[in-house]
Amino acid sequence: MLKIKDLHVSVDDQEILKGLSLEVGEGELHAVMGPNGSGKSTLGYTLAGREDYEVTSGSIEFEGEDMVEMEPNERAAAGVFLAFQYPVEIPGVNNAYFLRAALNAQRKARGEEEVDGVNFLKMVRASLTELEMDESLLKRAVNEGFSGGEKKRNEIVQMAVLQPKLAILDETDSGLDIDALKLVADGINRLRDGKRSFVVITHYQRLLDYLTPDKVHVLSDGRIVESGGPELAHRLEAEGYGHLERASA
Amino acid sequence: MSQTVEQVQGVIQKRYAAGFTTDIESDMMRPGLDEEIVAMISAKKNEPEWMLEWRLKAYRHWLTMPTPNWAHLKIPAIDFQALHYYASPKQKNRPKSLDEVDPKLLETFDRLGVPLHERARLAGVAVDAVFDSVSVGTTFQKELKEAGVIFCSMSEALQEHPELVREYIGSVVPHTDNYFAALNSAVFSDGSFVYLPKDTICPMELSTYFRINARDTGQFERTLIIAEPGSKVSYLEGCTAPMRDENQLHAAVVELVALEKAQIKYSTVQNWYPGDENGKGGIYNFVTKRGDCRGDDSRISWTQVETGSAITWKYPSCIMRGERSAGEFYSVALTHNHQQADTGTKMIHLGKDSTSKIISKGISAGRSNNSYRGLVRVAKKATNVRNYTQCDSLLIGKTCGAHTFPYIEAANASAKVEHEATTSRIGEDQLFYCRSRGLDEEEAVALIVDGFCKEVFKELPMEFAVEAKALLEISLEGSVG
Repeated sequence: MLKIKDLHVSVDDQEILKGLSLEVGEGELHAVMGPNGSGKSTLGYTLAGREDYEVTSGSIEFEGEDMVEMEPNERAAAGVFLAFQYPVEIPGVNNAYFLRAALNAQRKARGEEEVDGVNFLKMVRASLTELEMDESLLKRAVNEGFSGGEKKRNEIVQMAVLQPKLAILDETDSGLDIDALKLVADGINRLRDGKRSFVVITHYQRLLDYLTPDKVHVLSDGRIVESGGPELAHRLEAEGYGHLERASA
Repeated sequence: MSQTVEQVQGVIQKRYAAGFTTDIESDMMRPGLDEEIVAMISAKKNEPEWMLEWRLKAYRHWLTMPTPNWAHLKIPAIDFQALHYYASPKQKNRPKSLDEVDPKLLETFDRLGVPLHERARLAGVAVDAVFDSVSVGTTFQKELKEAGVIFCSMSEALQEHPELVREYIGSVVPHTDNYFAALNSAVFSDGSFVYLPKDTICPMELSTYFRINARDTGQFERTLIIAEPGSKVSYLEGCTAPMRDENQLHAAVVELVALEKAQIKYSTVQNWYPGDENGKGGIYNFVTKRGDCRGDDSRISWTQVETGSAITWKYPSCIMRGERSAGEFYSVALTHNHQQADTGTKMIHLGKDSTSKIISKGISAGRSNNSYRGLVRVAKKATNVRNYTQCDSLLIGKTCGAHTFPYIEAANASAKVEHEATTSRIGEDQLFYCRSRGLDEEEAVALIVDGFCKEVFKELPMEFAVEAKALLEISLEGSVG
């Protein structure tokens, strides 16, 4: 599904990712953990194709296709979704309108038929109920005046409606209380159908308690320095990242 | 024509779909402005003697006035002697009904999306169509007449209802008001006239569509709306012009009078030719619009979506003369390429307990300059006045400018005047967020701008809100990247 080889990424001429390699197979959920400043969010933005995140060398393949030159909207249409760490507010744009415009833009790019208003509402309502979000949210402007937890849950609603092949979740757990955390985890688990792949970027182990990752990777100073099973997350939780920083210093 | 030139023209055409020319013979007066031309216009329209005298008075006053230069605009000198002040499509006789109107004219308005003939008329909207200096026809005349509403061209009003015109013309915008109002008063050729008798609710939207076609002409329309006590009307105007290399002048005057408990809602979707991407050509849109809330509890509301014109100089204003009267101004002004806009409003509070609200959204892209200029004045005797002003600017790219010039003059201490202003650039964050969800760059910008303008669009009649949104999208094409 996703093959990243020796990826180097610079932002404003400063190298952040320094030879990152990662392979995620179909239906797998990988966790990427690491201390602040290790390059976790850069990885998410780079995969989604943010401008200013310049790939200086290495490659990103998605379903066998080179993704580096693709525009962000082309990646979205191909099936890549990034749940933002800080979802962006768009004043005056109705949440439901936004999501339907996005869904139909993707479908159009794939040569599929657009979804009409009635069917769209059905899709969104189901996701809203599952995430225990009020329907009034659809009528509000995108993320405007949402609480931190609502913004994060709204990202999961978007993911559920857009049905990506690969979802990258950037610190979706940060700022959530335990109830919201469980709702978000349930939302992710419902979408695990054996085909969809996930890269879960997180600082803490607590979300992983609900998700049981196939693999856990530790990112430090722009590289993956350690990979293992779920037990690695527990060890990091107990030991902290201190030893990594000492090792790379 | 080489293929590339054709392709480029195709792109430009797409961007300004109203840029075509109608090939029709024009009855044009010689260029230049003097007392003889003023008299010729008046004679052409078979006007009463007092109208000619009024025009001449305005002309003589105009001669004494200097061109205004206080706006944040660069206006090249206009050679008023090179302009034609009257141009009308050649017609044998004045058509008695729309069936007799030249098919070329009907076709023009068809292409502009304003069909005039019976079958295709816009449902629930009566249209007066003005081509260069004259009105070519007004739809739904019969239906309106039954409701007691007078909706016709200004020329017709001067023949059929001279006493009403005489009583109200210049009573809101006197000929001495400003340079362009004086010019308009001298040479105005046509425009719309609306009269609502007491307690009459107008059964449909009224609309005027202004089209400039002829070369080297100015369009000087004059619109007058009178709402007697307890009446209510919603009026909309739209404007387009062909793409020409030279600049053309449009200097209009609009006067609204709302008597006791009357309500007038006036909406504009202005899409005059803005000039090409190098700033060549385009319309100079110098317009004086003012509403007089003359009666107690009256209300006047201006909504404008300004996307066209090379230069816009326009301040639709309200005078709250009546007690508890209310004025509103909702505006979206978009400038792109080399366009310049200096627009805003004046809210003059004379009556007690009067209120006003100003919502202004300025969007600048390319190398354009966009200014909001607004005055809130509270007279000494006007107690408990309330005003709320919100003025937001959105910048697209790094070579455009947004400016805000608010003026507040409160002579009564009980007044509550609030002013909020923001300026923001379309954020990389917002763009990337939209694009990561599947929208391309232009769709993303259109969506963000549409959201920014939401508060104003919701004030427009439904059909026109859709049109305004589409217009913004077209006008923004090529503004990013």
